[in-house]
Amino acid sequence: MQDAEGSAPPVRAAISLGAIVAIAVLLAAASYAALVVAPTERTMGLIQRIFYFHVPSAWTGFIAFFFVAFASVAFLRTRRPKWDRLAVSSAEVGVACFTIVLITGPIWAHPVWGIWWTWDWRLTSTLVLWLLYISYLILRMMVDDPERRAVVAAVFGIFASLDVPLVYFSIWFFRTQHPQPVIGDGGHLDSRMAWVLMLCWAAVLAVMAVLIRVRVRLEALRAEVDALRMRGSGTSR
Amino acid sequence: MATPLASANSPGLAIHFHEIEKRYGLRLALRNISLEIGAGECVALAGHNGSGKTTLLKIAALLARPSRGSVAILRGGAELEPAGAKRSIGMVAHATLVYDELTAEENLIFFAKLYGLGDPAARARRALEPAGLASRAHELVRTFSRGMRQRLSVARALLASPELLLLDEPMTGLDVEGQQWLAATLARLRAEGCTILMSAHGNSLAHASVTRAIRLHNGEVTHDSGPSGDATRVLALAASEDEPDAPEEGRSLRTEAPRS
Amino acid sequence: MSFARAASTILGKELRTEFRSRELLGTTLVFVLIVLALFSFAFDPTREESRHFGPGLLWLALLFAGSLMLQPSFVREQSNDTLAALRLAPVDPFSILAGKIAANFLFLLFVELILLPVFAMFYNVGLTAVLGRVVLVLVLGAAGISVSGTVFSAVAAQARMRELMLPLLLLPALTPVLIASTEEMVGLFGNPPETQTVWLVVLVCCDVVFLTAAWLFGEYLLEE
Repeated sequence: MQDAEGSAPPVRAAISLGAIVAIAVLLAAASYAALVVAPTERTMGLIQRIFYFHVPSAWTGFIAFFFVAFASVAFLRTRRPKWDRLAVSSAEVGVACFTIVLITGPIWAHPVWGIWWTWDWRLTSTLVLWLLYISYLILRMMVDDPERRAVVAAVFGIFASLDVPLVYFSIWFFRTQHPQPVIGDGGHLDSRMAWVLMLCWAAVLAVMAVLIRVRVRLEALRAEVDALRMRGSGTSR
Repeated sequence: MATPLASANSPGLAIHFHEIEKRYGLRLALRNISLEIGAGECVALAGHNGSGKTTLLKIAALLARPSRGSVAILRGGAELEPAGAKRSIGMVAHATLVYDELTAEENLIFFAKLYGLGDPAARARRALEPAGLASRAHELVRTFSRGMRQRLSVARALLASPELLLLDEPMTGLDVEGQQWLAATLARLRAEGCTILMSAHGNSLAHASVTRAIRLHNGEVTHDSGPSGDATRVLALAASEDEPDAPEEGRSLRTEAPRS
Repeated sequence: MSFARAASTILGKELRTEFRSRELLGTTLVFVLIVLALFSFAFDPTREESRHFGPGLLWLALLFAGSLMLQPSFVREQSNDTLAALRLAPVDPFSILAGKIAANFLFLLFVELILLPVFAMFYNVGLTAVLGRVVLVLVLGAAGISVSGTVFSAVAAQARMRELMLPLLLLPALTPVLIASTEEMVGLFGNPPETQTVWLVVLVCCDVVFLTAAWLFGEYLLEE
């Protein structure tokens, strides 16, 4: 749709082709490292390699939720829509990361311990946080007015984020008193394993950054469409 | 139509709207409203349903934040802090703003306390009398008729002796006696210097005290008779041009026959 | 109008409204009793197991009850837009929240205290030695539930499907309160009864953190 004053500005992609290629290479390298380069773990064998994506996904999900908290506070203080867009994008990416954790966890557990799920403290905490942020996303779907949605989601987002350390601690301490099989730890890490882990984390972080950026862009475009629609439907003078 | 009072030393509050814009989702309720309402003026807001009258009143009451622009409530030229301003603002809204599960007297005592008024019980009793509700003081509002709730609503708005009174279709639900009482009250308040801003659909009783008329259309000010202009002309224009039944951007139809 | 005076006026109004109808408290009590009874049919615990699982079931039932009971807090204020009336008044917006939090806290505590002897009877636990400490856990737990619950009630009131939204938002968020209260009570009902300060500290942290967040950010929920 053309602007009345002149031609519309060209739409730039959220990420350049170069960046996409670089990240794809990084991801490929990380996968190769995890599946081939990393030494095979002594007790758990091949399945342990899932650890190289299970753990970075958890860390990355954590970082995403920190963004939600920060963006929520920033939005309430400044009321700039960009913070609301960052909040929803980070929450979605965080949920995606934690979904990976919740799927890879059982995939790892089953061959090793013969059970699909244990109420291991990390997995349990992840489940609770996953539910909390899914609720955040559902809340957003249930509020129609965009301004109210942003405010209400921001307040809930802040509460959810403040809850995170409380959830982690209470579940951790509960588990130390009632131990269960532990997923996610292999004991200490061989230095080569540590390198591969860092490489995989870098890859996951890069994907997260891209996803957030694209998602924020999508929200911004949606807002632009809404603004145009509103202007278009405004009454004639 | 009453003549405007000299507003230099009027005790009422003044309202300054500066480039107000208010959005509700995709709907632009108010666009670029800049108005100065002086102390002691009695202003009628006219316009069709959905033209933005209610929104403007809510912003004046400091209930709704404008999406853009600012509103200031002033006493003697000095801007008041929101808390201080609210103490002197009374509002009669679309909804009754009273609790159905409490009695009339309990409602007024509650609000008297919230407004920091001394001897809330006596204030409440004194407020019920002129509203004609003294005999029903100890009955639950749930049992009241529409007209009685409206009277209680008005009594609630007047409890703290406001210097700025905002009214949104205040005659709704009132019988003839009630309307006369409200019109007399408005005249008295005007004489005392209270600033009044109200929206009233083609109701001549409500318009008796009016000194200025502003017509809104689709969120913009189209006509303003100004502090010393002819309000009747603007009101007549609004009455003829704005059909009460015209639907506006998805709002439901509301039929309102002019009350005599 | 001082904050304390405004909050207590609103608290008074909430209490008066509730004592007139008594619908909220009565229904909540019955609901928790039903849940507790149903739990015993589903699990059929032995005496030793009761001691262990009982507190968990009690707190679960209280959480469910809370997420239903806290709903009317703000939904009630929508019928005649009385929330606008409160916001028109020259009071600190947080005092509106605070008054309601205080009211919900008292309601929840009332329900808990009535249920305590019933619970002791259902699950055959002796209370005399640990009564004071059990009441402390009830108080801290009720505070955690009522602070978050009232705030989330204000959140849910602005959403569609609000009856489902409040439990959805509240239950995961109250996990720490559930764990801490349950574990503390299990310890107290053990033989010999032991007080684990960790859990009391967790409860206090939950209460303080949520209340501070409500103070800092709650008022934004009330705007228009």
